[in-house]
Amino acid sequence: MSRRRSLERSLRRHWQLYVLLILPVAYLVIFEYIPMANNVIAFKEYNVVAGIWGSPWVGLENFERFFANPVAWDLINNTLMLSLYGFLAGFPIPIILALALNEVRLRFFKRTVQLVTYAPHFLSTVIVVSMIILIFSPRIGFMADVLGFFGMPTNLLADPDSFRHVYVWSDVWQTAGYSAIIFMAALAGIDPSLYEAARLDGANRLQKIWHIDLPGIAPTVVVVMILSVGSIMAIGFEKAFLLQNPLNLSQAEIIATYTYKIGLLSADFSLATAIGLFNSVINLILLLAVNTVSKRVTGNGLW
Amino acid sequence: MTLETATRPDFGAEPETERRKPRRRTRMHDTGFDRVFMAAVYILLTTFLLIVLVPLINILASSFSSPAAVSGGRVFLWPVDFTLRGYQAVLDNSAILTGFGNSLFYVAAGTLVSLALTVMIAYPLSRSDLVGRRVLTGGVLFTMLFSGGLIPTYMVVQSLGMLDTRWAMIIPGALGAWQVLIAATYFRSSIPGELYEAAQLDGASDLRFLWSVVLPLSKPLLAVIALMYGVGQWNQYFSALIYLRDEDLYPLQLVLRNILVLNNNAGGSDLTNLLERKQLADLMKYSLIVVSTVPVMLVYPFVARHFTKGVMIGSVKG
Repeated sequence: MSRRRSLERSLRRHWQLYVLLILPVAYLVIFEYIPMANNVIAFKEYNVVAGIWGSPWVGLENFERFFANPVAWDLINNTLMLSLYGFLAGFPIPIILALALNEVRLRFFKRTVQLVTYAPHFLSTVIVVSMIILIFSPRIGFMADVLGFFGMPTNLLADPDSFRHVYVWSDVWQTAGYSAIIFMAALAGIDPSLYEAARLDGANRLQKIWHIDLPGIAPTVVVVMILSVGSIMAIGFEKAFLLQNPLNLSQAEIIATYTYKIGLLSADFSLATAIGLFNSVINLILLLAVNTVSKRVTGNGLW
Repeated sequence: MTLETATRPDFGAEPETERRKPRRRTRMHDTGFDRVFMAAVYILLTTFLLIVLVPLINILASSFSSPAAVSGGRVFLWPVDFTLRGYQAVLDNSAILTGFGNSLFYVAAGTLVSLALTVMIAYPLSRSDLVGRRVLTGGVLFTMLFSGGLIPTYMVVQSLGMLDTRWAMIIPGALGAWQVLIAATYFRSSIPGELYEAAQLDGASDLRFLWSVVLPLSKPLLAVIALMYGVGQWNQYFSALIYLRDEDLYPLQLVLRNILVLNNNAGGSDLTNLLERKQLADLMKYSLIVVSTVPVMLVYPFVARHFTKGVMIGSVKG
């Protein structure tokens, strides 16, 4: 009763706020929530004529179809391996970088490292992949010579076993500097009196990092970790798709690229939606699980 | 309160005195171990710096070299047989120019639409007297956790008749949940409540207050968000790949993909010699990478500073 009256009063006094909301809310409904509802076609045999609601229900048949295909397990394996590898390599490096940069007192050096290492973050995926293709090209790229010097296979992009290394380490190359920013911010927020105390106790730099810096940035580290684990199955389409070629497809095909091929190239909407839905649900479960565990163990969580 | 602390590490903007003191102190107390440790730190950072820098310089140097030197793999960090032929080939290619123009349009229009939508939802969300605020915030947050997926979204765009139109590049994906949260947090924490009370006493409406007080006070935030949307739009090719068929509508990134990744490029059409044509096609790739990166890199120092702030505003939990 009183709630309703407060809504009426709020509407009368602040109607303009609600008018402002019309377009963004319409956007959210049309481009976020209707697509979620459209996922019902994962449980149907969709055909264009009957439409989403008119197509016949088929239960879990689309999911069964996906898992009956031996490719399914390769896809899941490829997706998981790629993101786990990416997480293991990409997560600690920005932290190490931030801790190292935090020790540097030479202002010019610090700024140069920051300015240069942030830059690749702003390159597009197409550009980064083109750079990889050119630099690792056995014919014109300088990296082929470097790899040859170390006795490694020189044509990395044609080698399925190298796909993951190329993907992950080029990602580290592109994002490590930029990802360090958030840890730099956390380090800057540490109480200076702690360093004072450490100095009086005669701590060396490594001890200072271990006993002050790391505990100080731990909450930030946990939040970033939850977010990364939460996106483990949501590994991006753009880069994997560009790095694919017929030779490396056995390792380079991931769920996102396969969904695109099944859905838009083979026009099997129901199967593609089922695969996509499976992916999103696993992702959501992972995120919720990590958040719960983290809250219990460290007391930090996303919400 | 948040922004003050958040912007501090931004490219070493700390006051001079704070910076000097610890240096003298640490030097006095540096033990032998510390000196070895600092040497390791500098070696580590220099190595990382070089790993990032060398590929970038290699691309730049190659783009100014001769076609034969590039094709022969003879360029490392300095141009060999300096020429501008790669750049000439880029400018002669009409698909690239069309793509460049399209991308500029998509960035301008898309950023404007995204920015408007973001402010329109973030400002009401920042007001504690908005009824239904929690539900709406939840609705925005949930889109970060779970998304409709490729085909279900495609079906919406299709049923709206947006396929193969410029709208498909601008409207779907226009509103970023992250940006909404950053903006709402900013509005809530950095617009003083007294201003709102004063505006109420003067009889200003909510829209009037938003337009003449909140937005002018939020210029740094608007810059950050516009840059996030703008750079994102300039760099992505996914929407174009799935929604566009007409090559005249292609953004630059999709044109780049065709030339750089799929190798659909004839090289100089006036060249009859097959070898020369192939060499020029190689060279042109390097020049094309440089040309298409220039717009982002021109604004980069400015962009990086603001992005740094954006990361930090985002990292302050609201």
